[in-house]
Amino acid sequence: MKVLVAVKEVATVEEGFELDGTTIDERYLEYDLNEWDDYAIETGVQLAEDDDDIEVVSVSIGPERAEETIRMALAKGVDRAIRVWDDTLAAAELLDVRTKAELFDAVIEAEAPDLVLTGVQAHDDSFGATGVAVAEAAGFGHAAVVNALELDADAGTAHVRRELEGGVEELTDVELPAVLTIQTGINEPRYASLRGIRMAQRKEIDVQTLADLGLDPAVVDSPIELTDMYEPESESNVELFEGDANAAAENLATVLREKGVGAE
Amino acid sequence: MSDVLAVVDHRRGQLRDVSYELISAGAALAEAMDGTLALAVISGNVEQFAATLDREGVDTIYTVDHGEEFNHDVYVQSIEALYDELTPTALLMPNSVNGLDYAPAIAERLGMPLVTDAIDLSYDEILTVTREMYGSKVETTVTVSEEPFAVTVRGSEWAKAEGNGGATIEPFEVSIDESAMRSTVTGFEEVGGGDVDITDADVLVSVGRGIEEEENIELVERLADALGATLSSSRPIVDNGWLPKNRQVGQSGKVVTPEVYIAIGISGAVQHVAGMKGSETIVAINTDPDAPIFDIADYGIIGDLFDVVPALIEEFDE
Repeated sequence: MKVLVAVKEVATVEEGFELDGTTIDERYLEYDLNEWDDYAIETGVQLAEDDDDIEVVSVSIGPERAEETIRMALAKGVDRAIRVWDDTLAAAELLDVRTKAELFDAVIEAEAPDLVLTGVQAHDDSFGATGVAVAEAAGFGHAAVVNALELDADAGTAHVRRELEGGVEELTDVELPAVLTIQTGINEPRYASLRGIRMAQRKEIDVQTLADLGLDPAVVDSPIELTDMYEPESESNVELFEGDANAAAENLATVLREKGVGAE
Repeated sequence: MSDVLAVVDHRRGQLRDVSYELISAGAALAEAMDGTLALAVISGNVEQFAATLDREGVDTIYTVDHGEEFNHDVYVQSIEALYDELTPTALLMPNSVNGLDYAPAIAERLGMPLVTDAIDLSYDEILTVTREMYGSKVETTVTVSEEPFAVTVRGSEWAKAEGNGGATIEPFEVSIDESAMRSTVTGFEEVGGGDVDITDADVLVSVGRGIEEEENIELVERLADALGATLSSSRPIVDNGWLPKNRQVGQSGKVVTPEVYIAIGISGAVQHVAGMKGSETIVAINTDPDAPIFDIADYGIIGDLFDVVPALIEEFDE
């Protein structure tokens, strides 16, 4: 059995950032593993720990810089990694879910996984759509926003819980092969061990171009265009208490007491 | 004619608020596109839902009477059939957990461009969508120069539609291909019960990611004790297993409306804000002056919680 885990390296934005046209100034970006994907990786690795016959393969769309993040996934127990990239992809905005669905679908066709795990969303563009679109493209079953998984490989069924709004969970059975989008909190992602980090250096990252995947460069063409980026206008009416911590706390305490907080 | 088809959201017998907001968003878009607004009501008590949804701006309500609860395969097949019949230019869907379980699939199946989590929409020959990126740190506009297109809209961004639309209600027959159904809903469970009901509290001290380590939770517990408040948290604290699920405020946790809500080390992601913005007074303590929590706070301290919280405890312990 094979589990494919989609792993994205995303940028997080530092405090006091500046904009550079329709992007954030590179100086204020820090690159890291997408938080949701960390839980997806852990889900895959735990499945493999429970069953020796499960191979876990990660797939990423991203530049060479992303290999550091991919190595982290390998260090945590992913068996091997695929990174899809070339000059055509580097020049594209990649906001169109259809493009990503086609790329992942091509990898799925080559790898034939039984289960595909993605994060619910990526921190950077926050579309939250790729996993489910991939399922449709591949003809797989799917479940979005999964916070518990019990895999019955023999029956070909994934018993999942979907985290709905307001503290309600939906219990769903999904036929394999399937794509599950994994929610944070489903497990406790491990830290990579030193041994894992050492072993990851020897594992293979297979770089695939559009041509390798049999895709036409036109796959990146999209009618979706990012035209503006700006800091949201603050509608804030906040009254800030300034000064050192003691002075600020004293002023805040006065207001809180006026509101009846702390009254015996 | 450029028409809009909006798909409403319901769960366990209740229409969800975003359904009425979709009507507002859809009606405005239909007007800008010089078209009509149709709603799709799929599964559940469709007749009752349709009657309730007949609000201002709705021209036609199509009902697909198949099953009680949401199933994405039924939704995808139904929307596909409706699309083939109506050929709308715009497909609007909710950016809810269930919306995200079918919207990308139907957009992919119909080959439409999809933009999710819209907080504003405008149309002037092409569609412009306003949406956030990087955890609400920035807003962006994206244009979509292809029709038809699909959009999911964020909850609570549009007003709920009111009034009466005098819409035509039309039952729509879809022959659902059961052999193409790949998932089955087997039940629902309420989670997060237990000893404390944070929705009952007058004062909540709420802790977020800024607390850094599990052992530091004790610090905010002491503050809650000193203030006579109840302890709650944002999602990451529960994800880490540092507090139980019944303490979680937000979209997937509890919606709270205390007299005073003190957010400590909480940045104020949209999912969290959805659960506490109705609080009477909001206080925020955070190191990041750009944190969105300050946009909705009444009082704030920009500072290190590890300095401010002990000082505040001292104020109340005196």
